[in-house]
Amino acid sequence: MTKQDIIKPENLVYQKPKLLNDTPMHYCPGCSHGVVHKLIAEVIEEMGMEEKTIGVSPVGCGVFAYKYIDIDWEEAAHGRAPALATAIKRLWPNRLVFTYQGDGDLACIGTGETIHALNRGENITIIFINNAIYGMTGGQMAPTTLLGMKTATCPYGRDPQLHGYPLKMTELAAQLEGTCFVTRQSVHSVSAIKKAKKAIRKAFENSMAGKGSNLIEIVSTCNSGWKQSPEKANKWMEENMFPFYPIGDLKDI
Amino acid sequence: MTEQEVTLMKGNEAIAHAAIRCGCDGYFGYPITPQSEVLETLTELKPWETTGMVVVQAESELAAINMVYGGSGTGKKCMTSSSSPGVSLMQEGISYMAGAELPSLIINVMRGGPGLGTIQPSQADYFQATKGGGHGDYRLIVLAPDCVQEMADFVDLAFTLAFKYRNPAMILADGAIGQMMEKVVLPPFKPRRTEEEIEAECPWAAMGRKSGRGSNVITSLELRSEEMEQINLRLQAKYAEIEANEVRYEEYMCEDADYLICAFGSAARIAKKVIENARAEGIKVGLLRPITLWPFPSKPIQKLSKQVKGILSLEINAGQMIEDIRLAVNGKVPVEHFGRLGGIIPDPDEVVDALKQKLIK
Repeated sequence: MTKQDIIKPENLVYQKPKLLNDTPMHYCPGCSHGVVHKLIAEVIEEMGMEEKTIGVSPVGCGVFAYKYIDIDWEEAAHGRAPALATAIKRLWPNRLVFTYQGDGDLACIGTGETIHALNRGENITIIFINNAIYGMTGGQMAPTTLLGMKTATCPYGRDPQLHGYPLKMTELAAQLEGTCFVTRQSVHSVSAIKKAKKAIRKAFENSMAGKGSNLIEIVSTCNSGWKQSPEKANKWMEENMFPFYPIGDLKDI
Repeated sequence: MTEQEVTLMKGNEAIAHAAIRCGCDGYFGYPITPQSEVLETLTELKPWETTGMVVVQAESELAAINMVYGGSGTGKKCMTSSSSPGVSLMQEGISYMAGAELPSLIINVMRGGPGLGTIQPSQADYFQATKGGGHGDYRLIVLAPDCVQEMADFVDLAFTLAFKYRNPAMILADGAIGQMMEKVVLPPFKPRRTEEEIEAECPWAAMGRKSGRGSNVITSLELRSEEMEQINLRLQAKYAEIEANEVRYEEYMCEDADYLICAFGSAARIAKKVIENARAEGIKVGLLRPITLWPFPSKPIQKLSKQVKGILSLEINAGQMIEDIRLAVNGKVPVEHFGRLGGIIPDPDEVVDALKQKLIK
């Protein structure tokens, strides 16, 4: 049997979602962004919302999300994605509106926009990639960097006396009256990917049903920033990130 | 023809009424003196129950301007209003909107600065409005109303220009015009555009990717230098087109003038009284009032510089527009400045004195 005998439509068991472009991604091998992009593309397709979705991309590694998922996008200034999404959803109530933001964007420079959009109960979904580091700018300390963790701007490890404490935005979000679904997921294993996809689907459905704000934190790896192989980064995440950022639903109304 | 209904209201209130009437889709703002009546009037009028216009009180001016960015990026007619310190906070978003070429309206009802300054009127944000304010090579279309009627009329005009050129527009008013009550004839109601009309007018808008077209992306980002230079050159060509087509100004008693006052907004109203007083003393003074501060009416000022012996730039600031006047006349006649600071509005008599001391001697 040759390769050509195998590549036939009837043998197809899996394919890349149509909404995912052929553009080569700029993400590093081992990075979680690519998997999350694929899940978002799959869910939009499965919901039949290709023509009714508007995404808001952040500043950070996710800035080019608009190059990879074939929907309409607006690219926001650093931290401001939830403000854009607020207006888009209010002006287009029948559209699916989501933001895609990293920890620096969402939990640092955009903390105000994030908390207030969630607290107003805007019918949007915020997808929050938490890899505890600034990836795009070269591995500086993030609001979510763990205590003791070394980065380019805390080279001797995060010290609470100097840098304060890692911020648990998802726990904060769960306290807000405007949120209906707040969950923390990961995409480091097949089962985790399946759960994360279900969470995205639920959040998108909530947004369309007008149930309120949705926040999905995806605890992620940045093996380049962490200076680890993809495999080691996954292990490090399980051993160090999960105890501080436990996986699971925090709120589901 | 029915008689036009004349009402009495504040400049800030006129803006709110005009916004609803011109088919505005969304207002996003944050309270700040002396312009809070815009948001207050809108929430009192509840346009979401009539025209469907969205009104949101944002958590900051930063959020407000980014809401305008988000809404404008979908092709909707969106606006915000604020006063000087708030407009400083908005500069990031304004630069991004200029870069992403989003038609939108920003209203600055100026107060005195720098810093928290004062809540009294000022024109000290001329530089900020006309020279950038935010980062990068960009221009805003800047309209300067001098009465409540123009506050009402310029809302629709600003939106029209913004959509014509895909560029943010600004109404640069001041606390005096925002707060004072005058007679105004409100513009007629125009319906908000339908989804199909927005799609036809704004094929670039991110409103959901319809099949048959590629995805629309609203962004100001381009990391490739050659591409970014081309984007900048295209923007500059657009600005040149606006400069060629959209200069607006008013000339008042210029025909026989020996001296010229240049003034915009509130200062232009004072200038008219100055002209009356000066002419009573036999000094023939005229006024050129820039209505567009950018594009600046350089050519008409240049033309008048051949007729007059000197120009006084009357501004409620320390001298900002005077730089553009001097560039326009290029040393042909003396150009002097008079202004008051700190929220003080110049008195016509002190302006006549300044005119004599600085130009007539």
